[in-house]
Amino acid sequence: MAYAKRFDGRKFDELRPITAKVGIIPRADGSAMFQIGKTTAYAAVYGPRDLHPKFMQNPQTGILRCNYNMMPFSGHGERVRPGGSRRSKEINMVMEKALIPVLDLKDYPNSVVDVFVELPQTDAGTRCAGITAAAMALADAGLEMKDLVAAVAVGKVGDKVVSDLIYDEEAYEEEGGATDIPVAVLPRTGEITLLQLDGGISPSDLKKALELAQVKCREIYEIQKKALKQKFVVKA
Amino acid sequence: MSEALLIKDKEIAVPGEIIAQGMGFVPNKGVFRDGDVLVASKLGMVSVEGKVVKLIPLSGKYIPKAEDKIICQMTDVLLTGWRVDTNSPYSAVLNLKDATNEFVARGADLTQYFALGDWIVCKVTNVTSQKLVDISTRGPGLHKLQGGRMVEVNAYKVPRIIGKDASMISLIKNATGCEIIVGQNGLVWLHGAPSQELIAAEAIKKIEAEAHLPGLTDRMVDFLKQKTGKTPTMNEQHQTTEGSES
Repeated sequence: MAYAKRFDGRKFDELRPITAKVGIIPRADGSAMFQIGKTTAYAAVYGPRDLHPKFMQNPQTGILRCNYNMMPFSGHGERVRPGGSRRSKEINMVMEKALIPVLDLKDYPNSVVDVFVELPQTDAGTRCAGITAAAMALADAGLEMKDLVAAVAVGKVGDKVVSDLIYDEEAYEEEGGATDIPVAVLPRTGEITLLQLDGGISPSDLKKALELAQVKCREIYEIQKKALKQKFVVKA
Repeated sequence: MSEALLIKDKEIAVPGEIIAQGMGFVPNKGVFRDGDVLVASKLGMVSVEGKVVKLIPLSGKYIPKAEDKIICQMTDVLLTGWRVDTNSPYSAVLNLKDATNEFVARGADLTQYFALGDWIVCKVTNVTSQKLVDISTRGPGLHKLQGGRMVEVNAYKVPRIIGKDASMISLIKNATGCEIIVGQNGLVWLHGAPSQELIAAEAIKKIEAEAHLPGLTDRMVDFLKQKTGKTPTMNEQHQTTEGSES
């Protein structure tokens, strides 16, 4: 049987319901929350600040350091083992690489900007939610940025090109299974700063999926923009 | 392409947002040109003066700048001076010769001048490209701080807290009778009667929260009137205790 209807009843190119909020962690220099369906990401930015150990310092520029953490109770069934893992180490790296192209830390030599992404509840698409929240938090921290970063997973479930996969879809096993492609886009120029692929997909479907990602990231960007401006609206 | 201002004066722009179209506009701080559009490079309030478009930042860390008057805390005693925390990514060094006129013998105990944890008002004398910061406590109004309480605000809100010709800060001083020193690094020192200190601290937090909104002075007059029970005045001029307004 072909994948004719999505498990949660969405259209194939529809995102899950999104809420975004900026400035939720008072002690952080910048913070944001991004919730897409059952996936929730909190991002807190500290810095630029003093970097230790000293050998990590770069006299040419400040550095960006990301820390991705799924909370123990956040997963799908099984308890997530706390602390770093091979997976979280990879995600730290791809998040840094997705975010650094928009940042300019040349004015902050020897310093570090720390980004902490915490996920209290997850249902796939965590690295994308993390990047989206982190971009808002970095803007909130007042850092020089040439653009925001919006991220979403696209892919293929059965024979359908879809956006924003959930866990059950990623686990789909019939008709060639599922393909998961997290994509991060700079909304103004359309440049891609994160592109990973897990599964198999034909070149023509990949093209379709990436076009879909561009459209969906722009939708997410509008929500990011609104959340950032909402922080400065007069409270009645 | 026709010329158009897409985000009006006093509105909020987010990074990467197109503020204006056309070659007639000139980008300034916080704005850059890409082709024929002007793009915001940080989160801030748009300010348009004629054809010049700039962004007034609303958040961010303080970065030391020469001639700034800042409030710092001693974090370490060195061989010939002190290391101080400047409430920024970079610590500063206060050299002995920038701290006192007295002759200090080699090996003397420097904590008799400034001990660990002491607060000072000081001036940034020099900042290098690698952000090595030198400060001095020699000069009018620069000294150790005794007693009082410290309030931390965002460094970019300091000009609003001081106000035009120090109007806002003298408003709070007159209303509460507190001595107030505002450091450019976002630390504010208050000294007065404890109940008045609390009112002054609350007033400063209120200015920080509402800095980007118009009509702030009127609201602060109302706020102080309600808290202290008398109408504050703002004519008196204070010369020594405020940092410069940028």
